[in-house]
Amino acid sequence: MTALLEIQDVGVQFGGVRALTNVGFSVATGEFLSLIGPNGAGKTTLVRGITGVIRLQQGRIVFAGRDISAWPVHRRIRAGLAMTHQIVRPFHSMTVLDNVALPAGHENIGNVVKALLRLNRSPARKKALELLSLVEIVDVAHQSVRGLPLGVVKRLELARALALEPQLLLLDEPLAGLNSQEAARLADMITGINRQGVTIMMIEHNLGEVLRVSRRLVVLDNGRKIADGDPDTVMADPVVRSAYVGKEKQDAAP
Amino acid sequence: MVGINIILALSLNLITGFCGQISLGHAAFYGIGAYCTALLAKIGMPLPLTLLAGTILAGGVGLIVGLTSLRVRDDFLAITTMGVGFLFVGIVRQQDLLGGEMGISAIPSSGLGKIGFLLLVLVFVVLVTIWNLFVKKSWMGFAFDAVADDEDTARLLSVDVAAYKLAAFAMGTALAGLAGGLYVYFARFIVPDDFGFIMSISILSMVAVGGIGSVAGVLSATIILTLMPEFFRFVSDYKLLIYGALLFFVMRFAPGGMAGFVRRLFLSARSSSGAGP
Repeated sequence: MTALLEIQDVGVQFGGVRALTNVGFSVATGEFLSLIGPNGAGKTTLVRGITGVIRLQQGRIVFAGRDISAWPVHRRIRAGLAMTHQIVRPFHSMTVLDNVALPAGHENIGNVVKALLRLNRSPARKKALELLSLVEIVDVAHQSVRGLPLGVVKRLELARALALEPQLLLLDEPLAGLNSQEAARLADMITGINRQGVTIMMIEHNLGEVLRVSRRLVVLDNGRKIADGDPDTVMADPVVRSAYVGKEKQDAAP
Repeated sequence: MVGINIILALSLNLITGFCGQISLGHAAFYGIGAYCTALLAKIGMPLPLTLLAGTILAGGVGLIVGLTSLRVRDDFLAITTMGVGFLFVGIVRQQDLLGGEMGISAIPSSGLGKIGFLLLVLVFVVLVTIWNLFVKKSWMGFAFDAVADDEDTARLLSVDVAAYKLAAFAMGTALAGLAGGLYVYFARFIVPDDFGFIMSISILSMVAVGGIGSVAGVLSATIILTLMPEFFRFVSDYKLLIYGALLFFVMRFAPGGMAGFVRRLFLSARSSSGAGP
């Protein structure tokens, strides 16, 4: 397997606070990797650094063999990255369908001038409908996003990210706030997406689901990587155990 | 005058309405178009050329202002454009070439006669309206919707936010230049104060009162707000006060403007017993 994403010696600082220190690992094509660690460990910061939402002070991000560290966000997304937010952020002014149709028609918006000359939205809407049925929320396609339950909006976020046809999908707590049934269902969907060939890197606190679906764990604590490997080995690691004890008891219960 | 204001309001609608950026100096671009057209008309250039030059110059300056401000910070544009607005009036006042405080008078007529010129304005109103509707329907309009809704999310969905904002700003300022050119042939006499901060706020009121982003709303608000001072003397005396108050009340109580208000009336009529959220 070749490395799709290489995180090399990454450091991020917010004011005087070091959010990430010398974090490095690589993600192979087709992997299902979960990024875990206590709150404030730097997981979201790392994912944001990968997508370019925040700038790295140190280190490099290499994606598909290219150093993307200096690229703007939209260019990284076009190269094959996609990300969902921890706190869902749909476009409130659009219907569920159009929320997905916009990224589904991403080839129409790559160039500003060409975007003006393209009028036909139906192929993108058709593709969006397919994605909505994949995540099983096609029945609310024509509704406004406002007032939809969290479980539905979480799926909408997933469909929207998939619409970009990413090689690497970064998921920031996709299961947070869902009940155990909903979480298991969504985790299965993500597994299905991974089987289709999309590499997954998921931040998640729901350890039960994490251990069930992921094939590799990377653990961050205080901005440093403290463990990396297959789930059983990592969870048996005394360093990981001590990082978790007392901090995440309620979340750690499978 | 109503027609020119409509073009002006719709040009700002492209920037503020579609793309969500506030411009507080839109009148400056209106003025750039006007002065450019006036000067060229005085040296005898024909109407199509003067209008085109005014449009291009205003759009070009808009492009430069946009390039410098859009990259700095997201909400920087409001401040920059306000600065550009004051700068424009300041420069024009001091330049003898531009007529200074006295403005430019004795501008040649359009040569189309009163009716002919009216028709010309009307044609431009229709064209600009169609242009607005066309942009809204295109993928560019789709991307604008996303940018106006949530820039950060738009970026994560591969939208080049800065490029789209710049496109909106350049188109909007160019059309403001066109409105300025038409105004020159309408008034045949221009002074710097025609293009000052008060004008910028008036245009913004028309867009906001009509309903940010709604073409029909902006059209009707512009007609009402332009004709009101003509019919009611007291409105004319307190124009700025009334526009300011309207702007405040719309922003505070009906962010969707008239269009949003009408839409809500329809919605509540349909779901009669408060089934809405």
